[in-house]
Amino acid sequence: MSAAETPRPHPSAGPATETDAPRVTDRRLPWGRAIRAQAWMELKLLVRSAESLIITLGIPLGILVFFSAVDVLPTGTGPAVDFLVPGVLAISIAGTGLVAVGIQTAFERKYGALKRLGGTPLPRSGFLLSKGLAVAALLAGQTVLVVGTASVFLGWAPSGGWLLAPLLVVIGAVTFTALGLLMAGALRAEATLALSNAVFLGLLVISGVTFRADALPDGLAAIGQGLPLGALGTALRAALDGDGLAIVATLIVAGWGVGAVALASRTFRWEP
Amino acid sequence: MSEPVDPAIAIRGLTKRYGGTVAVEHLDLDVAAGETLALLGPNGAGKTTTVECCEGYRAPDGGTVRVLGLDPRRDAAALRARVGLMLQEGGVYPIAKPRELLRLFAAFYRDPLPVDALLDRVGLTAVARTRYRDLSGGQQQRLSLALALIGRPEVLFLDEPTAGLDPAARRLTWELIGELHADGATIVLTTHLLDEAEELADRLAIIDQGQLVALGTPDELTHGDRREIEFTARPGLDVTALTVALGVSVRERAPGRYHLDATNDPALVAALAAWLADRDERLGELRAGKRSLEDVFLRLTTEAGTDPRDPREVAAGSDVEVAP
Repeated sequence: MSAAETPRPHPSAGPATETDAPRVTDRRLPWGRAIRAQAWMELKLLVRSAESLIITLGIPLGILVFFSAVDVLPTGTGPAVDFLVPGVLAISIAGTGLVAVGIQTAFERKYGALKRLGGTPLPRSGFLLSKGLAVAALLAGQTVLVVGTASVFLGWAPSGGWLLAPLLVVIGAVTFTALGLLMAGALRAEATLALSNAVFLGLLVISGVTFRADALPDGLAAIGQGLPLGALGTALRAALDGDGLAIVATLIVAGWGVGAVALASRTFRWEP
Repeated sequence: MSEPVDPAIAIRGLTKRYGGTVAVEHLDLDVAAGETLALLGPNGAGKTTTVECCEGYRAPDGGTVRVLGLDPRRDAAALRARVGLMLQEGGVYPIAKPRELLRLFAAFYRDPLPVDALLDRVGLTAVARTRYRDLSGGQQQRLSLALALIGRPEVLFLDEPTAGLDPAARRLTWELIGELHADGATIVLTTHLLDEAEELADRLAIIDQGQLVALGTPDELTHGDRREIEFTARPGLDVTALTVALGVSVRERAPGRYHLDATNDPALVAALAAWLADRDERLGELRAGKRSLEDVFLRLTTEAGTDPRDPREVAAGSDVEVAP
Protein backbone atom coordinates (compact mmCIF):
# COMPACT_ATOMS: atom_id res chain seq x y z
CA MET A 1 0.00 0.00 0.00
CA SER A 2 1.33 3.41 -0.86
CA ALA A 3 1.43 6.03 1.81
CA ALA A 4 -0.42 8.43 -0.47
CA GLU A 5 -3.48 6.25 -0.61
CA THR A 6 -6.43 7.70 1.23
CA PRO A 7 -7.65 5.10 3.68
CA ARG A 8 -11.35 4.35 3.53
CA PRO A 9 -12.54 2.67 6.65
CA HIS A 10 -15.65 1.11 5.21
CA PRO A 11 -15.25 -1.55 2.62
CA SER A 12 -18.93 -1.84 1.83
CA ALA A 13 -19.58 1.67 0.60
CA GLY A 14 -18.02 4.21 -1.70
CA PRO A 15 -16.87 3.93 -5.27
CA ALA A 16 -13.20 3.98 -4.24
CA THR A 17 -13.46 0.55 -2.67
CA GLU A 18 -15.54 -1.25 -5.26
CA THR A 19 -12.49 -2.35 -7.19
CA ASP A 20 -10.61 -3.44 -4.08
CA ALA A 21 -10.34 -7.06 -3.12
CA PRO A 22 -12.93 -8.02 -0.51
CA ARG A 23 -11.80 -7.04 2.96
CA VAL A 24 -10.92 -9.75 5.41
CA THR A 25 -14.00 -10.61 7.42
CA ASP A 26 -11.97 -12.42 10.06
CA ARG A 27 -11.91 -9.94 12.89
CA ARG A 28 -10.39 -12.13 15.63
CA LEU A 29 -7.66 -10.53 17.72
CA PRO A 30 -4.20 -11.17 16.25
CA TRP A 31 -2.88 -12.29 19.64
CA GLY A 32 0.83 -12.47 18.99
CA ARG A 33 1.01 -9.13 17.22
CA ALA A 34 -1.22 -7.43 19.82
CA ILE A 35 0.74 -8.70 22.84
CA ARG A 36 4.10 -7.84 21.30
CA ALA A 37 2.93 -4.31 20.45
CA GLN A 38 1.41 -3.67 23.86
CA ALA A 39 4.40 -5.08 25.75
CA TRP A 40 6.77 -2.97 23.63
CA MET A 41 4.71 0.15 24.34
CA GLU A 42 4.65 -0.63 28.07
CA LEU A 43 8.42 -1.06 28.07
CA LYS A 44 8.99 2.18 26.15
CA LEU A 45 6.79 4.08 28.59
CA LEU A 46 8.62 2.55 31.57
CA VAL A 47 12.02 3.69 30.35
CA ARG A 48 10.89 6.97 28.79
CA SER A 49 10.42 8.95 31.99
CA ALA A 50 13.48 10.06 33.90
CA GLU A 51 11.80 9.62 37.29
CA SER A 52 11.15 6.01 36.47
CA LEU A 53 14.74 5.39 35.36
CA ILE A 54 16.11 6.86 38.59
CA ILE A 55 14.07 4.34 40.58
CA THR A 56 14.67 1.35 38.34
CA LEU A 57 18.33 1.83 37.50
CA GLY A 58 19.80 4.87 39.23
CA ILE A 59 19.14 3.96 42.85
CA PRO A 60 20.08 0.24 42.65
CA LEU A 61 23.29 0.80 40.69
CA GLY A 62 24.16 3.85 42.78
CA ILE A 63 23.85 1.88 46.01
CA LEU A 64 25.83 -1.03 44.59
CA VAL A 65 28.75 1.00 43.29
CA PHE A 66 28.94 3.59 46.07
CA PHE A 67 28.71 1.27 49.07
CA SER A 68 30.93 -1.37 47.48
CA ALA A 69 33.65 1.22 47.01
CA VAL A 70 33.06 3.13 50.24
CA ASP A 71 32.83 0.63 53.07
CA VAL A 72 30.80 2.65 55.59
CA LEU A 73 27.85 0.33 56.04
CA PRO A 74 27.75 -2.66 58.41
CA THR A 75 27.79 -5.37 55.73
CA GLY A 76 29.60 -8.06 57.70
CA THR A 77 33.09 -9.45 57.47
CA GLY A 78 33.31 -10.36 53.79
CA PRO A 79 33.60 -7.89 50.89
CA ALA A 80 30.72 -5.39 50.90
CA VAL A 81 29.79 -6.31 47.34
CA ASP A 82 28.97 -9.90 48.38
CA PHE A 83 26.42 -8.56 50.80
CA LEU A 84 25.14 -5.85 48.47
CA VAL A 85 24.43 -7.76 45.22
CA PRO A 86 21.42 -9.77 46.48
CA GLY A 87 20.09 -6.73 48.34
CA VAL A 88 20.45 -4.51 45.29
CA LEU A 89 18.70 -7.09 43.11
CA ALA A 90 15.82 -7.06 45.58
CA ILE A 91 15.81 -3.25 45.51
CA SER A 92 15.67 -3.24 41.68
CA ILE A 93 12.70 -5.56 41.76
CA ALA A 94 10.86 -3.49 44.36
CA GLY A 95 11.67 -0.23 42.57
CA THR A 96 10.40 -1.54 39.27
CA GLY A 97 7.31 -3.40 40.45
CA LEU A 98 6.12 -1.31 43.34
CA VAL A 99 7.22 2.18 42.34
CA ALA A 100 7.70 2.43 38.57
CA VAL A 101 4.92 0.10 37.43
CA GLY A 102 2.62 1.24 40.23
CA ILE A 103 2.97 4.92 39.40
CA GLN A 104 2.81 4.41 35.65
CA THR A 105 -0.33 2.31 35.91
CA ALA A 106 -1.91 4.76 38.34
CA PHE A 107 -1.52 7.58 35.84
CA GLU A 108 -2.65 5.38 32.94
CA ARG A 109 -5.83 4.90 34.91
CA LYS A 110 -6.13 8.57 35.78
CA TYR A 111 -5.79 9.66 32.15
CA GLY A 112 -8.34 7.11 30.94
CA ALA A 113 -5.74 5.13 28.99
CA LEU A 114 -6.79 1.91 30.74
CA LYS A 115 -10.42 2.63 29.95
CA ARG A 116 -9.61 3.40 26.32
CA LEU A 117 -7.59 0.18 25.97
CA GLY A 118 -10.63 -1.62 27.34
CA GLY A 119 -12.48 -0.41 24.25
CA THR A 120 -10.03 -2.13 21.91
CA PRO A 121 -10.04 -5.84 21.10
CA LEU A 122 -7.13 -6.39 23.53
CA PRO A 123 -8.69 -8.18 26.53
CA ARG A 124 -7.63 -7.47 30.10
CA SER A 125 -5.73 -10.74 30.26
CA GLY A 126 -3.73 -9.62 27.22
CA PHE A 127 -3.09 -6.27 28.81
CA LEU A 128 -1.82 -7.86 32.05
CA LEU A 129 0.31 -10.33 30.12
CA SER A 130 1.86 -7.45 28.15
CA LYS A 131 2.61 -5.50 31.29
CA GLY A 132 4.16 -8.60 32.83
CA LEU A 133 6.36 -9.09 29.77
CA ALA A 134 7.49 -5.46 29.89
CA VAL A 135 8.37 -5.81 33.58
CA ALA A 136 10.22 -9.04 32.85
CA ALA A 137 12.23 -7.38 30.07
CA LEU A 138 13.12 -4.41 32.24
CA LEU A 139 14.08 -6.66 35.16
CA ALA A 140 16.22 -8.82 32.91
CA GLY A 141 18.06 -5.68 31.85
CA GLN A 142 18.43 -4.50 35.44
CA THR A 143 19.69 -7.90 36.57
CA VAL A 144 22.27 -8.03 33.80
CA LEU A 145 23.44 -4.52 34.68
CA VAL A 146 23.66 -5.22 38.44
CA VAL A 147 25.32 -8.60 38.07
CA GLY A 148 27.53 -7.34 35.22
CA THR A 149 28.67 -4.26 37.13
CA ALA A 150 29.34 -6.32 40.24
CA SER A 151 31.34 -9.02 38.49
CA VAL A 152 33.22 -6.88 35.94
CA PHE A 153 34.05 -3.84 38.09
CA LEU A 154 33.66 -4.98 41.69
CA GLY A 155 35.15 -8.47 41.55
CA TRP A 156 31.99 -10.26 42.60
CA ALA A 157 31.25 -13.93 41.86
CA PRO A 158 28.24 -15.88 43.14
CA SER A 159 28.81 -19.02 45.18
CA GLY A 160 25.66 -20.68 43.82
CA GLY A 161 22.03 -20.11 43.05
CA TRP A 162 22.29 -20.29 39.26
CA LEU A 163 18.79 -21.74 39.04
CA LEU A 164 17.35 -20.63 42.36
CA ALA A 165 18.21 -16.92 42.12
CA PRO A 166 16.44 -16.34 38.77
CA LEU A 167 13.39 -18.15 40.15
CA LEU A 168 13.42 -15.90 43.22
CA VAL A 169 13.72 -12.85 40.96
CA VAL A 170 10.56 -13.98 39.16
CA ILE A 171 8.66 -14.60 42.42
CA GLY A 172 9.75 -11.22 43.73
CA ALA A 173 8.80 -9.51 40.49
CA VAL A 174 5.28 -10.95 40.60
CA THR A 175 4.89 -9.93 44.26
CA PHE A 176 6.08 -6.35 43.87
CA THR A 177 4.28 -5.77 40.58
CA ALA A 178 1.07 -7.02 42.19
CA LEU A 179 1.64 -4.64 45.12
CA GLY A 180 2.18 -1.75 42.69
CA LEU A 181 -0.95 -2.63 40.73
CA LEU A 182 -2.91 -3.00 43.98
CA MET A 183 -2.17 0.63 44.81
CA ALA A 184 -2.62 1.85 41.24
CA GLY A 185 -6.04 0.30 40.89
CA ALA A 186 -7.44 1.42 44.21
CA LEU A 187 -5.95 4.80 45.08
CA ARG A 188 -5.82 8.14 43.36
CA ALA A 189 -2.77 8.50 41.11
CA GLU A 190 -1.23 11.16 43.32
CA ALA A 191 -1.71 8.96 46.39
CA THR A 192 -0.05 6.04 44.62
CA LEU A 193 2.85 8.29 43.66
CA ALA A 194 3.41 9.43 47.24
CA LEU A 195 2.68 6.16 49.00
CA SER A 196 4.75 3.90 46.74
CA ASN A 197 7.80 6.13 47.12
CA ALA A 198 7.32 6.36 50.89
CA VAL A 199 6.89 2.61 51.25
CA PHE A 200 9.94 2.00 49.06
CA LEU A 201 12.12 4.31 51.16
CA GLY A 202 10.80 2.82 54.41
CA LEU A 203 11.52 -0.68 53.16
CA LEU A 204 15.03 0.32 52.09
CA VAL A 205 15.83 1.36 55.65
CA ILE A 206 14.38 -1.53 57.65
CA SER A 207 14.82 -4.52 55.34
CA GLY A 208 18.52 -5.30 55.77
CA VAL A 209 19.18 -5.05 52.04
CA THR A 210 21.89 -2.37 52.10
CA PHE A 211 23.30 -3.23 55.49
CA ARG A 212 22.96 -6.15 57.90
CA ALA A 213 19.58 -6.31 59.62
CA ASP A 214 21.22 -7.09 62.99
CA ALA A 215 22.47 -3.49 63.05
CA LEU A 216 18.80 -2.52 63.57
CA PRO A 217 16.84 -2.81 66.84
CA ASP A 218 15.52 -6.39 67.12
CA GLY A 219 11.84 -5.50 66.71
CA LEU A 220 12.46 -3.39 63.64
CA ALA A 221 14.67 -6.03 62.08
CA ALA A 222 11.95 -8.66 62.62
CA ILE A 223 9.36 -6.43 60.97
CA GLY A 224 11.72 -5.84 58.06
CA GLN A 225 12.24 -9.56 57.58
CA GLY A 226 8.46 -10.08 57.58
CA LEU A 227 8.03 -7.57 54.75
CA PRO A 228 8.62 -8.61 51.14
CA LEU A 229 11.79 -6.60 50.45
CA GLY A 230 13.66 -7.93 53.47
CA ALA A 231 12.48 -11.48 52.85
CA LEU A 232 13.42 -11.31 49.15
CA GLY A 233 16.88 -9.96 50.03
CA THR A 234 17.41 -12.74 52.53
CA ALA A 235 16.25 -15.44 50.12
CA LEU A 236 18.45 -14.10 47.30
CA ARG A 237 21.45 -13.82 49.61
CA ALA A 238 21.05 -17.42 50.74
CA ALA A 239 20.80 -18.56 47.13
CA LEU A 240 23.79 -16.58 45.87
CA ASP A 241 25.90 -17.52 48.89
CA GLY A 242 25.32 -21.15 48.01
CA ASP A 243 23.18 -21.82 51.09
CA GLY A 244 20.22 -23.07 49.04
CA LEU A 245 16.56 -22.27 49.50
CA ALA A 246 15.64 -20.02 52.43
CA ILE A 247 12.21 -21.55 52.88
CA VAL A 248 10.68 -19.12 55.35
CA ALA A 249 11.85 -16.01 53.53
CA THR A 250 10.67 -17.39 50.18
CA LEU A 251 7.27 -18.24 51.62
CA ILE A 252 6.98 -14.73 53.03
CA VAL A 253 7.66 -13.20 49.60
CA ALA A 254 5.26 -15.59 47.89
CA GLY A 255 2.64 -15.02 50.59
CA TRP A 256 2.72 -11.26 50.02
CA GLY A 257 2.39 -11.96 46.32
CA VAL A 258 -0.62 -14.23 46.70
CA GLY A 259 -2.27 -11.71 49.01
CA ALA A 260 -1.58 -8.79 46.69
CA VAL A 261 -2.84 -10.63 43.60
CA ALA A 262 -6.01 -11.71 45.41
CA LEU A 263 -6.70 -8.24 46.74
CA ALA A 264 -5.80 -6.42 43.53
CA SER A 265 -8.04 -8.65 41.42
CA ARG A 266 -10.96 -7.68 43.68
CA THR A 267 -10.26 -3.98 44.08
CA PHE A 268 -8.64 -2.92 40.82
CA ARG A 269 -10.65 -0.20 39.08
CA TRP A 270 -9.93 0.34 35.39
CA GLU A 271 -11.71 3.65 35.05
CA PRO A 272 -10.46 7.04 36.24
CA MET B 1 -41.54 5.35 9.48
CA SER B 2 -39.51 3.22 7.11
CA GLU B 3 -36.80 1.91 9.37
CA PRO B 4 -34.50 -0.87 8.18
CA VAL B 5 -35.24 -4.28 9.58
CA ASP B 6 -31.91 -4.66 11.35
CA PRO B 7 -30.75 -1.47 13.00
CA ALA B 8 -27.04 -1.19 13.71
CA ILE B 9 -27.90 -0.20 17.27
CA ALA B 10 -31.07 -1.17 19.09
CA ILE B 11 -31.74 0.19 22.57
CA ARG B 12 -34.86 -1.09 24.32
CA GLY B 13 -36.05 0.19 27.67
CA LEU B 14 -32.53 1.07 28.78
CA THR B 15 -32.39 2.05 32.44
CA LYS B 16 -29.23 2.87 34.36
CA ARG B 17 -28.94 4.11 37.92
CA TYR B 18 -25.94 5.29 39.91
CA GLY B 19 -26.85 4.77 43.54
CA GLY B 20 -30.18 6.49 43.94
CA THR B 21 -29.76 8.69 40.87
CA VAL B 22 -31.44 7.62 37.66
CA ALA B 23 -29.09 8.44 34.80
CA VAL B 24 -31.15 6.90 31.99
CA GLU B 25 -34.75 5.75 32.22
CA HIS B 26 -36.62 3.49 29.78
CA LEU B 27 -34.79 4.73 26.74
CA ASP B 28 -35.78 3.30 23.35
CA LEU B 29 -33.65 4.21 20.38
CA ASP B 30 -32.68 2.64 17.06
CA VAL B 31 -29.81 3.72 14.87
CA ALA B 32 -29.94 2.48 11.29
CA ALA B 33 -26.84 1.12 9.57
CA GLY B 34 -25.01 3.99 7.90
CA GLU B 35 -26.86 6.61 9.88
CA THR B 36 -25.30 9.44 11.88
CA LEU B 37 -27.25 10.09 15.04
CA ALA B 38 -26.52 12.96 17.40
CA LEU B 39 -27.38 12.54 21.06
CA LEU B 40 -28.14 16.02 22.29
CA GLY B 41 -28.82 17.13 25.80
CA PRO B 42 -27.67 19.36 28.60
CA ASN B 43 -24.83 18.25 30.86
CA GLY B 44 -25.89 15.31 32.99
CA ALA B 45 -28.77 14.37 30.70
CA GLY B 46 -27.53 10.79 30.29
CA LYS B 47 -25.78 11.02 26.91
CA THR B 48 -22.48 9.51 28.03
CA THR B 49 -24.21 6.84 30.11
CA THR B 50 -26.24 5.78 27.08
CA VAL B 51 -23.16 5.62 24.88
CA GLU B 52 -21.15 3.76 27.51
CA CYS B 53 -23.89 1.14 27.77
CA CYS B 54 -23.52 0.66 24.00
CA GLU B 55 -19.73 0.46 24.31
CA GLY B 56 -19.94 -2.18 27.03
CA TYR B 57 -18.43 -0.03 29.78
CA ARG B 58 -21.69 -0.05 31.75
CA ALA B 59 -24.10 -2.87 32.44
CA PRO B 60 -27.72 -1.71 32.08
CA ASP B 61 -29.90 -1.99 35.18
CA GLY B 62 -32.87 -2.62 32.91
CA GLY B 63 -33.61 -3.09 29.26
CA THR B 64 -31.35 -4.33 26.49
CA VAL B 65 -28.74 -2.88 24.18
CA ARG B 66 -27.67 -4.53 20.94
CA VAL B 67 -24.90 -3.25 18.70
CA LEU B 68 -24.60 -5.04 15.34
CA GLY B 69 -26.90 -7.61 16.90
CA LEU B 70 -24.44 -8.29 19.73
CA ASP B 71 -24.62 -7.75 23.47
CA PRO B 72 -21.92 -5.18 24.28
CA ARG B 73 -20.95 -6.96 27.50
CA ARG B 74 -21.52 -10.62 26.77
CA ASP B 75 -20.13 -10.41 23.25
CA ALA B 76 -17.50 -7.78 24.05
CA ALA B 77 -14.65 -9.64 22.38
CA ALA B 78 -16.46 -9.94 19.06
CA LEU B 79 -17.89 -6.44 19.18
CA ARG B 80 -14.75 -4.49 20.09
CA ALA B 81 -13.12 -5.54 16.85
CA ARG B 82 -15.97 -3.88 14.93
CA VAL B 83 -16.49 -0.72 16.98
CA GLY B 84 -14.39 2.43 17.22
CA LEU B 85 -14.77 4.90 20.02
CA MET B 86 -13.64 8.26 21.32
CA LEU B 87 -13.88 8.87 25.05
CA GLN B 88 -14.40 12.24 26.68
CA GLU B 89 -11.37 11.52 28.84
CA GLY B 90 -9.07 11.28 25.84
CA GLY B 91 -7.57 8.06 27.12
CA VAL B 92 -4.03 8.40 25.84
CA TYR B 93 -0.68 7.91 27.59
CA PRO B 94 0.60 11.50 28.02
CA ILE B 95 4.16 10.62 27.04
CA ALA B 96 3.25 8.48 24.04
CA LYS B 97 3.48 9.82 20.50
CA PRO B 98 0.90 9.78 17.69
CA ARG B 99 2.66 7.40 15.30
CA GLU B 100 3.59 4.82 17.95
CA LEU B 101 0.07 4.97 19.39
CA LEU B 102 -1.49 4.35 15.99
CA ARG B 103 0.98 1.51 15.36
CA LEU B 104 0.02 0.03 18.75
CA PHE B 105 -3.71 0.20 18.08
CA ALA B 106 -3.19 -1.08 14.53
CA ALA B 107 -1.70 -4.24 16.06
CA PHE B 108 -5.04 -5.01 17.74
CA TYR B 109 -6.88 -5.45 14.43
CA ARG B 110 -6.56 -7.94 11.59
CA ASP B 111 -6.91 -5.39 8.82
CA PRO B 112 -6.06 -1.93 10.14
CA LEU B 113 -5.78 1.24 8.09
CA PRO B 114 -2.25 2.13 7.00
CA VAL B 115 -0.84 4.23 9.82
CA ASP B 116 1.00 6.87 7.82
CA ALA B 117 -1.90 7.52 5.48
CA LEU B 118 -4.22 7.91 8.46
CA LEU B 119 -1.79 10.31 10.15
CA ASP B 120 -1.85 12.33 6.96
CA ARG B 121 -5.61 12.28 6.74
CA VAL B 122 -6.05 13.69 10.24
CA GLY B 123 -3.25 16.20 9.72
CA LEU B 124 -0.82 14.84 12.33
CA THR B 125 2.15 13.86 10.16
CA ALA B 126 4.15 16.88 11.29
CA VAL B 127 3.67 15.98 14.96
CA ALA B 128 3.89 12.20 14.58
CA ARG B 129 6.82 12.13 17.03
CA THR B 130 5.53 14.69 19.51
CA ARG B 131 4.39 13.52 22.92
CA TYR B 132 0.63 13.56 23.37
CA ARG B 133 0.80 16.03 26.23
CA ASP B 134 2.64 18.52 23.99
CA LEU B 135 -0.03 18.42 21.26
CA SER B 136 -2.67 21.15 20.95
CA GLY B 137 -6.21 20.35 22.02
CA GLY B 138 -7.26 19.99 18.41
CA GLN B 139 -4.38 17.64 17.63
CA GLN B 140 -5.19 15.54 20.69
CA GLN B 141 -8.81 15.24 19.60
CA ARG B 142 -7.82 14.29 16.06
CA LEU B 143 -5.44 11.64 17.40
CA SER B 144 -8.30 10.22 19.47
CA LEU B 145 -10.44 10.19 16.34
CA ALA B 146 -7.68 8.46 14.36
CA LEU B 147 -7.36 5.83 17.11
CA ALA B 148 -11.10 5.27 16.80
CA LEU B 149 -10.75 4.74 13.04
CA ILE B 150 -7.64 2.58 12.81
CA GLY B 151 -9.51 -0.75 12.97
CA ARG B 152 -11.98 0.09 10.14
CA PRO B 153 -14.95 0.09 12.52
CA GLU B 154 -18.50 -0.48 11.34
CA VAL B 155 -19.88 1.54 14.23
CA LEU B 156 -18.34 4.64 15.80
CA PHE B 157 -19.17 6.17 19.16
CA LEU B 158 -17.83 9.69 19.47
CA ASP B 159 -18.36 11.29 22.86
CA GLU B 160 -18.12 15.06 22.40
CA PRO B 161 -15.60 14.86 19.58
CA THR B 162 -15.09 18.61 19.32
CA ALA B 163 -15.22 19.60 22.99
CA GLY B 164 -12.83 22.45 23.64
CA LEU B 165 -11.81 22.96 20.01
CA ASP B 166 -11.47 26.29 18.23
CA PRO B 167 -13.72 26.84 15.18
CA ALA B 168 -11.07 25.83 12.62
CA ALA B 169 -10.22 22.61 14.43
CA ARG B 170 -13.91 21.89 14.86
CA ARG B 171 -14.50 22.37 11.14
CA LEU B 172 -11.71 19.91 10.32
CA THR B 173 -13.16 17.30 12.67
CA TRP B 174 -16.59 17.82 11.12
CA GLU B 175 -15.12 17.18 7.69
CA LEU B 176 -13.57 13.93 8.90
CA ILE B 177 -16.82 12.77 10.45
CA GLY B 178 -18.67 13.74 7.28
CA GLU B 179 -16.27 11.61 5.21
CA LEU B 180 -16.81 8.64 7.53
CA HIS B 181 -20.55 9.05 7.10
CA ALA B 182 -20.14 9.13 3.34
CA ASP B 183 -18.09 5.93 3.62
CA GLY B 184 -21.04 4.19 5.22
CA ALA B 185 -20.14 4.08 8.91
CA THR B 186 -22.83 4.11 11.55
CA ILE B 187 -21.98 7.01 13.85
CA VAL B 188 -23.35 8.00 17.22
CA LEU B 189 -22.01 11.27 18.52
CA THR B 190 -22.87 13.10 21.68
CA THR B 191 -22.70 16.84 21.76
CA HIS B 192 -24.24 19.83 23.39
CA LEU B 193 -23.45 21.96 20.36
CA LEU B 194 -26.58 22.46 18.32
CA ASP B 195 -24.82 23.55 15.17
CA GLU B 196 -22.64 20.44 15.33
CA ALA B 197 -25.68 18.20 15.57
CA GLU B 198 -27.43 20.04 12.75
CA GLU B 199 -24.33 19.90 10.54
CA LEU B 200 -23.45 16.24 11.01
CA ALA B 201 -26.47 14.22 11.97
CA ASP B 202 -29.16 12.53 9.93
CA ARG B 203 -31.29 12.43 13.04
CA LEU B 204 -31.14 14.03 16.43
CA ALA B 205 -32.16 12.42 19.69
CA ILE B 206 -32.69 14.96 22.43
CA ILE B 207 -32.23 13.50 25.89
CA ASP B 208 -33.14 15.24 29.08
CA GLN B 209 -32.96 13.87 32.60
CA GLY B 210 -32.35 10.38 31.28
CA GLN B 211 -35.32 10.34 28.94
CA LEU B 212 -35.73 10.71 25.22
CA VAL B 213 -37.75 13.87 24.71
CA ALA B 214 -37.54 14.22 20.94
CA LEU B 215 -36.26 12.26 17.97
CA GLY B 216 -36.23 13.26 14.34
CA THR B 217 -34.32 14.80 11.49
CA PRO B 218 -33.21 18.40 12.00
CA ASP B 219 -36.00 19.43 9.61
CA GLU B 220 -38.63 17.48 11.46
CA LEU B 221 -37.57 18.97 14.75
CA THR B 222 -37.53 22.56 13.55
CA HIS B 223 -40.40 22.46 11.08
CA GLY B 224 -43.48 22.80 13.21
CA ASP B 225 -46.79 24.24 12.03
CA ARG B 226 -46.71 26.89 14.65
CA ARG B 227 -48.24 30.24 14.04
CA GLU B 228 -45.08 32.23 14.02
CA ILE B 229 -43.13 34.43 11.67
CA GLU B 230 -40.05 36.14 13.01
CA PHE B 231 -37.90 38.75 11.44
CA THR B 232 -35.15 41.10 12.47
CA ALA B 233 -34.71 44.69 11.39
CA ARG B 234 -33.80 48.08 12.86
CA PRO B 235 -35.07 48.34 16.46
CA GLY B 236 -38.04 50.59 17.06
CA LEU B 237 -40.15 49.99 13.96
CA ASP B 238 -43.74 51.21 14.28
CA VAL B 239 -45.39 47.91 15.18
CA THR B 240 -48.83 49.49 15.49
CA ALA B 241 -48.70 50.66 11.89
CA LEU B 242 -47.35 47.29 10.80
CA THR B 243 -50.13 45.48 12.64
CA VAL B 244 -52.69 47.62 10.83
CA ALA B 245 -51.00 47.18 7.45
CA LEU B 246 -50.70 43.39 7.69
CA GLY B 247 -53.82 42.65 9.64
CA VAL B 248 -51.97 40.40 12.10
CA SER B 249 -50.60 41.12 15.53
CA VAL B 250 -46.95 42.22 15.51
CA ARG B 251 -44.76 42.52 18.61
CA GLU B 252 -41.16 43.55 19.11
CA ARG B 253 -40.04 40.75 21.43
CA ALA B 254 -36.52 42.03 21.81
CA PRO B 255 -34.88 45.10 20.30
CA GLY B 256 -34.89 44.58 16.55
CA ARG B 257 -36.57 41.15 16.77
CA TYR B 258 -40.18 41.12 15.64
CA HIS B 259 -42.79 38.43 16.01
CA LEU B 260 -45.90 38.05 13.83
CA ASP B 261 -48.74 35.94 15.15
CA ALA B 262 -49.46 34.32 11.81
CA THR B 263 -48.90 31.17 9.81
CA ASN B 264 -46.37 31.05 7.02
CA ASP B 265 -48.34 32.73 4.22
CA PRO B 266 -46.47 33.87 1.09
CA ALA B 267 -48.81 36.85 0.58
CA LEU B 268 -48.16 37.99 4.13
CA VAL B 269 -44.41 37.73 3.67
CA ALA B 270 -44.69 39.77 0.45
CA ALA B 271 -46.76 42.39 2.25
CA LEU B 272 -44.19 42.59 5.04
CA ALA B 273 -41.38 43.03 2.50
CA ALA B 274 -43.35 45.74 0.69
CA TRP B 275 -44.08 47.57 3.94
CA LEU B 276 -40.40 47.55 4.81
CA ALA B 277 -39.44 48.68 1.28
CA ASP B 278 -41.88 51.63 1.48
CA ARG B 279 -40.04 52.83 4.57
CA ASP B 280 -36.60 51.98 3.21
CA GLU B 281 -35.99 49.56 6.09
CA ARG B 282 -33.63 46.65 5.60
CA LEU B 283 -34.72 43.15 6.53
CA GLY B 284 -32.26 41.22 8.67
CA GLU B 285 -33.33 37.59 9.13
CA LEU B 286 -36.68 36.11 8.28
CA ARG B 287 -37.91 32.82 9.70
CA ALA B 288 -41.35 31.60 8.84
CA GLY B 289 -43.00 28.51 10.27
CA LYS B 290 -39.67 27.05 11.29
CA ARG B 291 -38.07 27.17 14.67
CA SER B 292 -34.40 27.26 15.29
CA LEU B 293 -32.96 24.09 16.73
CA GLU B 294 -31.86 26.12 19.69
CA ASP B 295 -35.46 27.11 20.33
CA VAL B 296 -36.54 23.46 20.17
CA PHE B 297 -33.70 22.39 22.41
CA LEU B 298 -34.36 25.01 25.05
CA ARG B 299 -38.06 24.20 25.15
CA LEU B 300 -37.42 20.49 25.56
CA THR B 301 -34.59 20.41 28.00
CA THR B 302 -34.01 21.68 31.47
CA GLU B 303 -30.73 23.19 32.36
CA ALA B 304 -30.21 23.07 36.11
CA GLY B 305 -32.37 25.63 37.82
CA THR B 306 -34.99 26.13 35.11
CA ASP B 307 -38.48 24.73 34.92
CA PRO B 308 -39.19 21.60 32.95
CA ARG B 309 -41.59 22.20 30.09
CA ASP B 310 -44.05 19.89 28.47
CA PRO B 311 -42.38 18.32 25.44
CA ARG B 312 -45.72 17.78 23.74
CA GLU B 313 -46.14 21.51 23.32
CA VAL B 314 -43.28 21.68 20.90
CA ALA B 315 -43.97 18.54 18.99
CA ALA B 316 -47.69 19.02 18.57
CA GLY B 317 -48.71 19.17 14.93
CA SER B 318 -45.40 17.96 13.56
CA ASP B 319 -44.29 14.46 12.77
CA VAL B 320 -41.65 14.46 15.45
CA GLU B 321 -41.71 11.40 17.63
CA VAL B 322 -42.08 12.25 21.25
CA ALA B 323 -41.35 9.72 23.92
CA PRO B 324 -44.27 9.10 26.27
